[in-house]
Parts: sequence; structure tokens; C-alpha cells
Amino acid sequence: MPFPLDHLEYLVGAAEAIQRMASRPALPPFAPSAVDFLAELSKRLLGDAEARAYPDVIAFGFWCRKASVEEMRRPYGVLKNRLGRGLAFHVAPSNVPVNFAYSLAAGLLAGNANVVRVPSKNFPQVGLICGAIRDVLARVPEIAARICLVKYGHEKAATDALSAACDARIVWGGDDTIRAIRQSPLPPRAVEIAFADRYSFAVADADRYLELDAARVAQDFYNDTYLTDQNACTSPQLVAWRGHAVAAAQARFWTALHARVAGRYALQAVPAVGKRAAACRLAAALGGRLAPAPDNLITRIAVSRPCSELIDFKYHSGFFAECAVAAWDEVLPLCGPRCQTIACIGVAPGEVAASLVPHAPRGVDRIVPVGRTLDFALVWDGHDLIRELSRVVDCM
Amino acid sequence: MFELAPFAWDRAAKEPWLAAQLAELTRHHRDRCPAYRRMLDGLGFELRPDARVADFPFLPVRLFKEMELRSVPADAVFKTMTSSGTTGQTPSLIALDRETAGSQQKALVKIVADFLGPRRLPMLILDCPSVVKDRALFSARGAGILGFSIFGTERFYALDDDMRLDVAGIREFLARHAGQPVLLFGFTFMVWQHFYRELARLETPLDLSRGILVHGGGWKKLAGEAVTTREFKARLAEACGLARVHDYYGMVEQTGSIFMECERGHLHASVFSDVIPRRALDFAPCAVGEPGILEVVSLLPRSYPGHCLLTEDEGRLLGEDDCPCGRKGKYFEVLGRLANAEIRGCSDTYAVPT
Repeated sequence: MPFPLDHLEYLVGAAEAIQRMASRPALPPFAPSAVDFLAELSKRLLGDAEARAYPDVIAFGFWCRKASVEEMRRPYGVLKNRLGRGLAFHVAPSNVPVNFAYSLAAGLLAGNANVVRVPSKNFPQVGLICGAIRDVLARVPEIAARICLVKYGHEKAATDALSAACDARIVWGGDDTIRAIRQSPLPPRAVEIAFADRYSFAVADADRYLELDAARVAQDFYNDTYLTDQNACTSPQLVAWRGHAVAAAQARFWTALHARVAGRYALQAVPAVGKRAAACRLAAALGGRLAPAPDNLITRIAVSRPCSELIDFKYHSGFFAECAVAAWDEVLPLCGPRCQTIACIGVAPGEVAASLVPHAPRGVDRIVPVGRTLDFALVWDGHDLIRELSRVVDCM
Repeated sequence: MFELAPFAWDRAAKEPWLAAQLAELTRHHRDRCPAYRRMLDGLGFELRPDARVADFPFLPVRLFKEMELRSVPADAVFKTMTSSGTTGQTPSLIALDRETAGSQQKALVKIVADFLGPRRLPMLILDCPSVVKDRALFSARGAGILGFSIFGTERFYALDDDMRLDVAGIREFLARHAGQPVLLFGFTFMVWQHFYRELARLETPLDLSRGILVHGGGWKKLAGEAVTTREFKARLAEACGLARVHDYYGMVEQTGSIFMECERGHLHASVFSDVIPRRALDFAPCAVGEPGILEVVSLLPRSYPGHCLLTEDEGRLLGEDDCPCGRKGKYFEVLGRLANAEIRGCSDTYAVPT
């Protein structure tokens, strides 16, 4: 390859390593060397005093420890005659600090060599994880030859070269990102997994919520939303309440959330204006009503019912639609193809699934307790990353 | 209202009058623009008799780029204005009826005359003639030039349609009006890029020491070149002896009721307008000196509900009623576009470079 990749910033590995990766034999899924590498990485991160300041780094450390990986492996059983596809090129979201590490781990566990474009922004979490990876790789050359972490901006030549060299491309969306990356062609046999813009929402049982610890729920909901500027595909955009004491539950919930947000979340001027515009837009189109609030930290718009049009009125930085329902299946209009995660407050995910799944919604990939929307799994957005990033040698 | 002296009223006189005008305007638009009515209902706004200017609901100006907001029937629309559309942005579409277009012209005359004097002057337009040719779809640049043209007697375009400075033509124009004041008008970026830069290269400099430059349209494109207001003026003075320069702040969504820069370098609200910097946290009005999101108020729009708009510009009040230039009302400065902080999340990860 003529190298438009030479001048990029390599956090792990180097440009020459990418050339050699193409000729490395693939590994089987859950190869012992890959599992051991992640286990070592986990130990290194969980033992790092500096990492303790970053809950997302610690969460990743827990996720990739040996027992956890074994647990994730169990449903796969024996993956007979399966091998990684070869070289996986990951385009991680440039604004979510730790997502690149999960994407890398999935590619590795599927048996691939991996080039990961990490966030362009200087997150301390990225430095911490990359430092830990470098330390651990010094002792496992077999894996070292299969990992390259690179940082670059809007350089199409680099994306072109990496796309042309890979066997699988994983693009963490936004639709605009996906469109931009698809300007770079893939080899004919390569596969692509693209995570597009999605819509997520929360369901809450008012009566049971009133029995829960309000501060704890607020913290969980904060982590699901404000922690990523409510701009992750998993971030709830709406809360649908059911029960007798909806008004009381709403008052308690939003007051507790405000206490959590105030002083912790810095609302910028542009999203403050954007939230007001989003409120006006929603009011003009669907008759939504802005709930009175002491400030702009939480923008809540009451709507009469969960209709499918609401999906087009999402915003970020603390903008929530809200409605009351008599039964969970009333949220079905929100469960179209773009719907990803339902977060549950005061109701078991299984109970919500039991109401929705019999109606065969086109969307909904995950139903999880509040606070868990960002938990990464090897099946994500309906894609089984292990199976899709590997191939089978079929024997008759 | 067009009989009023534009900068004569202090707060005690202006505030209650403006509030009463806004109440009437808000009611007017609420009754005629259904989408605006739903927005007011959604924001929980109720018209109270004791409402102050800062209490009236404001619409983020970007809404005009996304939907048609109109308070007159389609057949009453006499022309549609578009913002010149910064690269990559959707332009606003502003529907004007004859009444609103007329008010814009009248207000502009009253405001600008306060700075230039009542006499019309020979006018050098620092742009090319083609920018005003498409009358059906007015751009902000074209509309600005046509609007200001009424202050000119003989008008001369300083650039040809290939954006080349017509130096010989300008020299002839100046010779014809030797010894007289001359009005120069253009957009800030055009003035800098196509006028100043060429002037600075001339071996025999032009003498514009009797010129009065009025320019507007924003500093956004110049910010990349790190040109400050002060430097802009100093360099022009050096290149051609231009001593009187008035910036103005205005937008296509509120044409006419522009905020002009006085001899002391301050932008002024007139009797037709107001400015309220607001805090991002709760939209409360800022104190004097405190930077905030600029809300602009204009009494002119009757064909579209654009009388109270929240911009995406940052600015701050410098004072009220006590500018050393003698004009009453609020005076302020614009600090630039609101800083667009990076928003976290995975649905906005590869934003197209702008």
C-alpha cells in the first residue's frame, strides 16, 4: 500500500504493522490468547489508581475480566470451524470516550486483527486505556501484531486506505458519519456493520417508582442521559409513565434529577437555544407543552400520547418528551425500526417485553433497567458481533 | 411610530410604550399564524397587562430556517427574503407583505439618517452589480444594498461581476464629487476581501478622507483572519484616509430595525427595536456588562412572527441612556457567534467539516 497512513498518530502499533496484519492468520473466536490479553488488560485497569476517577474505564475493566468474558462466551457454545474474517477496521464514535475499547474487544474476541480509529478529542480515558494496552501488549506479541489504534481527523485518504485493506468495517454512526465513511469503498468480499441513528426511551411505573430511592434512580437516569449529553443512541428521549400516582411520581423524579444535574452538568448556550427551538417545533407540530422549570437544565415537554412522529423531534442535552399511558403496549408507536433501547424504571424489563414482543415491533433491540442503557454487549443493535465478524468453514 | 425621533426616548418613556406595542404585535401574530399560536401555548405564555418587554416570548431564529412562519395569506406575500446562507447552512425564508416591507424601509431611513445626516450623498457600493439583479429571491446582501441605496444620489458599484475592483471608475467617481462627503456601503467581508486588500496594493492610494463607510453582515468570515473591529478601522484609515466607519448589526429576519454603531463604537437600539442579552442557564436577562445570548426585538414584522428572536450571537449591554454620543436607549456590543462546544454522544460523531 502506498501509505497515506504514515503520518497518522498511532497510540498503539504503527503504520507498518497494518501492512503485516493483512497476512496474519485469523484466530478462532474467543481464542485463549485474546481472552488472556483482555484478562490482563482488566487487571491492569482495575489496579490503576488513576483509572478509578473514571467510572467508564472501570466499567470496561470489569466487562473484560476473564469471568465476564467466559460468561459472554457461554451462549455461543462450541463455535466449530469458525475463524475471524481477517482485518477489522473500526470507526469509533469520536465523542464517546470508551466505546472504542469495547469495539476493539469485540473484534478481537471474534478472531480478527483490528485497526481502530479512536476519538479525535483528547479524553483522559483514551490515554489511560491505550497506555494499559501498550503495557500488556509488550508481553503478548501474538496479540500485539493484531492491534493498531490510530487517531486522525477528516482525512479521507486514510479512511480510503484502511477501508480498502479491511475484511470488515464497523462504523459507529450517526447517519452522517455512516454516509461519510461509505464514500470509501470496501473490497468486494468485505462486510460492514453500521450503527445508525436510533431512538431510545424510558418506561416508568409511577406507583412502584415512589417506593424506590429517588436519588439512586436519578443517578442512574443521569448516567443514561446527561453523561453522554443525552446524545448516545441509547439515551432515553421520552418517559412514558403508567400507574395511579403519575403526577406525584413525575414531581419527585424530575426534582431528584434536577438535584443530580445542577452543579454537575454545564449546559452550553447553543444547546440551551437548541432545546428552546426543539420545544417550539414540537409544540407547533404535535401540541406539546413545556413543563414549568426553574431553569433550562431539564427541558420537559408533555405530549398527549406516544405517537411515532415524536421520533423526529428528538434533541439532546436534557430534552425529554413525557406522557402517561394506561398499558405498556401503548408505547408501540415508538417501537418502529429506529427504536433501540427501552430503559425501565420501577418495572421489570421482562414485564415490558411480555407486553411488547407479542405485537412484533419492527424495532426495540434492548430492554434494560434504568442506569444500564450504556452497558455494552456482544449482541448490539441486533448485530451478533462475534458471528458477523467471523466466518464458518463449512464441512459436509 | 415613524414620526418618532429614533434615539430620543429614555427607558422610562420607551419601556412601557414598547411593551404595549409588543402586546399588540404578539396578539396580531397569535391570531394569524397557527404555528406561532401553538408555540405560545406550548411555552405556556399568557398575555398579561403588566408584561414588560423582557417577558414576551422569543423564538429561536433558527426556526425560520426550518418552517414557514407567516401571519399573512400566501397571496399577500410581496417578496421573500433569504439570508445569504453561510456555507452549508439552510437559508431563512422571510415572507414580506407590502406593509412590512414599507415599514422596514421607513425605519431604516430614520435610523441611518441619525448617523449620516438628512442629505443624500454620492454612494460607492462596495459590491458587484449582479448581487441585486435577482429580484424574486432577495439575498441579504442584495436587500441591504437596495435598502441603503436610498441614501445615495449617484450610485456606483466599486466591483465588477468578476469581483475585480474598478479602480479607474472609482477615481472618476471621486473626481466628479471632489470636496464632498461620499457614502460607502458594503458587507464587512466584501469590504475587507475585495476593497481594502486591493486598495492596500495601489501605488497611488485613493483619497477617501471625506468618505463615510457603513458596513454590516458580520465578522464571522473575518474571524478566521483574526481581524478585529479596531484593526479593520485602523487599516482602512491607513489605506485610504477613511475616518468615519459605522458597523451595523442586523439580520434578514429583522430587516430595517438595524443596530448602528455610533461615533463611540457602540451599537444602539432605536425606538423600533430592543436588545436583551440572556443567560443560557435560565434565559434570565443579563446585567449590564454580562455576556449573554442576544435576543433582538423589532416592532416592524407584521407579516411573520419575528418580533422577538433569540439569536445565536453572544453580546453584552454596555449601558442604557448614557452613551457619550448622546443617543438614548440601550447600547451594546456583539462578541461573536455562541461557542459551539462539542456535544458528546454517538449520533454526531463525524460532523462534516465546515
